[in-house]
Amino acid sequence: MVASIAFYVLAAATLLSGLAVVMSRNPVHSVLFLIAAFFSAAGLFVLLSAEFLAMLLVVVYVGAVAVLFLFVVMMLDVDFAQLREGFAKYLPLGGVIAGLLAIEMIVVSAAVVTRGAASGVRDVPAPAADATNAEVIGRVLYTDFAFLFQAAGMVLLVSMVGAIVLTLRHRPGVRRQNVHDQVNRTRAQGVSVIGAPTGVGIPDDLPQAARTPAE
Amino acid sequence: MISLESYLTVAAVLFTIGIFGIFVNRKNIIVILMSIELILLAVNINLVAFSAYLNNVDGQIFAMLVLTVAAAEAAIGLAILVTFFRNRGDINVEAAGQLKG
Repeated sequence: MVASIAFYVLAAATLLSGLAVVMSRNPVHSVLFLIAAFFSAAGLFVLLSAEFLAMLLVVVYVGAVAVLFLFVVMMLDVDFAQLREGFAKYLPLGGVIAGLLAIEMIVVSAAVVTRGAASGVRDVPAPAADATNAEVIGRVLYTDFAFLFQAAGMVLLVSMVGAIVLTLRHRPGVRRQNVHDQVNRTRAQGVSVIGAPTGVGIPDDLPQAARTPAE
Repeated sequence: MISLESYLTVAAVLFTIGIFGIFVNRKNIIVILMSIELILLAVNINLVAFSAYLNNVDGQIFAMLVLTVAAAEAAIGLAILVTFFRNRGDINVEAAGQLKG
């Protein structure tokens, strides 16, 4: 009973937040609704006793991906009203196609449940008492799926390198730290001795180069 | 008790919302990327639901791999978007033909 109520609340929250992501006027609100959708989907995963994946969803999606979106949306100074042009024009066609697609997929999933691969499955089997969900995943992930695991690591590495290469730029006129130059600096480069007679000081017409230490 | 079909329906509707979002927000590439995230989330719900009801953990492994690819895709997509914005000053998708150089 409690599980049913939780399911319907979480499902409604997921779908309404998803709809708000695509319909809201302000992309910042879209990102915040995306976070809400991920949170409620994580709740659905907990109901399915996939706790590890639920935590992964919260940490990876809410903690990294959604915040990345938020950064980009707030960093780019874009006229979002202009980007909404044509929204009303595409609304009817998009609605019709989306409705057809939804009906098709619901019919197919009903067929799968009644006569397909998952026929006869009525309820989530109770998870094994001797192992947590994370433990069960770990046992399979590092043995049967070790190569896929490594491949996922490669995908992340390539995407990290790609993102850095795409966005890194060396602007002219920016002073950067050069450790080699700093370590190899000698006294002659850093200090210059200027004779200043007592009571007279440094003459005003001393060239600027002589006042500042040589680079 | 909740049937498998309910989860599949939620995933189907969420998938459709993602498709719908790509349709109606044709110019706003940020919302298009978020719609793609919604679509991948719907796929993940399907995988986890089948994994739970069939008592087979493989579906959750696949969901993790989908999660990895989604994170990589978001990072690369947003990096391209930032570069595009620096070059043009806006993010109009209709000018994206410039990306071919």
